[in-house]
Amino acid sequence: MAEAVSTQRKKIHPHKFTLWVGIGSIIMMFAGLTSAYIVKSSMPGFSLVKIPQIFYYSTAVMLLSSFTMQWGLKSFKERGMQQYRRLLTVTMILGIAFIVMQITGFSQLWNANNKLAGSAGAGQFLYVIFGLHAVHVLGGIIALIVMFIKAFSARIRNYNSVPVEVMSTYWHFVDLLWVYLFVFFLFKS
Amino acid sequence: MSHGHAEVLTTHDVHHDEHGVHHHHQSFISKYVFSQDHKIIAKQFLITGMIWAIIGGLMSVLFRLQLGYPDQTFPWLEDILGNWAKGGKITPENYYALVTMHGTILVFFVLTGGLSGTFANFLIPLQIGARDMASPMMNMLSYWFFFGGSIVMLSSLFIQTGPFSGGWTAYPPLSALGDASPGSKTGMDLWITAMAMFVVSSLLGGLNYVSTVLNLRTKGMSMTRLPLTIWALFFTAVLGILSFPVLLSGFILLLFDRHGGTSFYLSDIYIAATNTALPNEGGSAILYQHLFWFLGHPEVYIILLPAMGMASEILSVNSRKPIFGYMAMVGSLFAITILAFLVWAHHMFVTGLNPFLGSVFVLLTLLIAVPSAIKVFNWLTTIWKANIKFTPGMVFALGFVSLFISGGLTGIFLGNSTLDIHLHDTYFVIAHFHIVMGVSAFFGMFAGIYHWFPKMYGRYMNSTLAYIHFWVTLVGAYLIFWPMHYEGLAGMPRRYLDYSNWASFNQFGDLNKFISTVAIIVFATQLLFVFNFFYSIFKGRKVTTMNPWGATTLEWTAPIRPGHGNWEGEIPEVHRWAYDYSKDGRDFIPQTEPIGPNESHH
Repeated sequence: MAEAVSTQRKKIHPHKFTLWVGIGSIIMMFAGLTSAYIVKSSMPGFSLVKIPQIFYYSTAVMLLSSFTMQWGLKSFKERGMQQYRRLLTVTMILGIAFIVMQITGFSQLWNANNKLAGSAGAGQFLYVIFGLHAVHVLGGIIALIVMFIKAFSARIRNYNSVPVEVMSTYWHFVDLLWVYLFVFFLFKS
Repeated sequence: MSHGHAEVLTTHDVHHDEHGVHHHHQSFISKYVFSQDHKIIAKQFLITGMIWAIIGGLMSVLFRLQLGYPDQTFPWLEDILGNWAKGGKITPENYYALVTMHGTILVFFVLTGGLSGTFANFLIPLQIGARDMASPMMNMLSYWFFFGGSIVMLSSLFIQTGPFSGGWTAYPPLSALGDASPGSKTGMDLWITAMAMFVVSSLLGGLNYVSTVLNLRTKGMSMTRLPLTIWALFFTAVLGILSFPVLLSGFILLLFDRHGGTSFYLSDIYIAATNTALPNEGGSAILYQHLFWFLGHPEVYIILLPAMGMASEILSVNSRKPIFGYMAMVGSLFAITILAFLVWAHHMFVTGLNPFLGSVFVLLTLLIAVPSAIKVFNWLTTIWKANIKFTPGMVFALGFVSLFISGGLTGIFLGNSTLDIHLHDTYFVIAHFHIVMGVSAFFGMFAGIYHWFPKMYGRYMNSTLAYIHFWVTLVGAYLIFWPMHYEGLAGMPRRYLDYSNWASFNQFGDLNKFISTVAIIVFATQLLFVFNFFYSIFKGRKVTTMNPWGATTLEWTAPIRPGHGNWEGEIPEVHRWAYDYSKDGRDFIPQTEPIGPNESHH
């Protein structure tokens, strides 16, 4: 069977490819939401919000976690398994910290009287869009936890880098997505 | 990590490249229920879709009874529907619930899940020469999300306030306010939940289809050697991947409006039923329409493209002629895919859309006539002067072409924003979309089922029953929907349960009776098909040759009843395109045969 595989001109692993198509799909969802925002924000009576300081810090955390993820991938490829496990743990902790900071940001906004109910405004969109992004990060964290368990499991020793590459691509994507959404809201509200 | 018994995995390859056919015994559960075999998953989609089609079709029979006989009561209706038909007459709320669920079920659960779910799963690995999908696990999940969504949607039929009743497009405010109507309460929550699961199912499936077609083709199977079925299913998946997420984002905003009190879609509303003025301001129902139709229009092609692909293949096989204009067919599929994303606002001409913007959408909409006409031309030239074998699959493929032409022509009327002012929301629209995407997609689906049934179950379906099924359905479809054009031109609006008090539409009383009668006959004939299908699975005539239709494509090089992995031993290598019929004095040349030294070019 091995020959049949090698002759199948595969430039990219199907799982990686599937991820890229999936990323396209997620982009469409957020494109839909942000264009809805653009349409709505031009209407009269659309109220704006002040972005809490903590979202700047969560941006820094997210960027840092992308860096540790990439470093972890590099270590994995060089078979530096101890290093990889350490960096995977750090990435996971940073991801969880990001989620906690997002929730803190939401509650600050909420306490500043930006409730969901009421007239149309940027606050409503912010909860939905940032919230959905957080759900995607959460999905990434769950995947990280699975990889974490696998990395520390004694039974399986796996040197296949595809899952780690898929993971890091997804992680960079949610990072970039966050930067886009954050900048979008900075300019638009 | 120095455990002696550590298992070292070096899986550089995808798992299904590592094995040929499963020889070990599987339990019933893992073989037929939670199966990861694309062929079993295809059959699961097909049979679930058929059950939905019966439910959705029966709904149309029930509301056609009301439309045909608005002044009569049917006591037996109360026996089967209970409160829905107090005194033997369907109540207005439940009439709307019936039409809403009929639309939702047929568009999403039958013609999307049932059609592309079935044939993308079944045909993609078999026709490109792969052992299974890129991710069989995701493929299995795709079905089970579909199944879960189906159960949720079905359960909404049985709750006290009834299923959602605001139309299959679920426009706010009916979909956003629980107080707006009985169906807008729990029924709508279940509707959104079911649809969200359906979207997840479509995305998981679509991701798999795209990466399978692009990555797992066998040796020699270049993109331009793919059968047109695969091209069509590929573009269908691309459409779904890019448009369903937008629908999902629209649903998420809708959920927040329903339960969070936000004002994405709501503004300045006073509810008479509860005598309250809502605090919502600044929302816009038009925003929902944009998000919905950005999916909604590509959805039409998600339904239609698989039928187009299968018809192309079946017409060519049974004409014993190569498909005319292969690259033009691929190009027009591509053009339709691009244009599908640029025409959504033609559903919104009468929403107060800027007339200049409207004219752009008119132009783009009418442009779709070009690739559509190219396809029709190529189908007709493919069967031109051919020695046609009228197999059941072939007659349904021919029926598909007929219906696609008839329904497509009325699209040119509706695509004009000026004509649409008169025709919008009339029976003309009903007639148009039922013929062009409802019945014609069903014909494509039937053609596919009859044609690939021998591959699916190793038996044939009964041809006599199939021809009865074909003629009654074809004639019936025209008799049902053709008169609706006249009603629509006369201005008869859709979504009313009784026109008898409306002087201008009184003349249509007998016509409506006629349509309802034909609808009942056609529905009964579909049950004949269902009987034929299940009977033939167990008792049909057995297939004795590997290639019963004399087709060139790869699925017919696999064993009559292929196991998980499709081919025993090596996957066949491909040396030519899929349409070498009647070439150099030979009836057909399989794709697996190397090009001969003296062979002519096609």
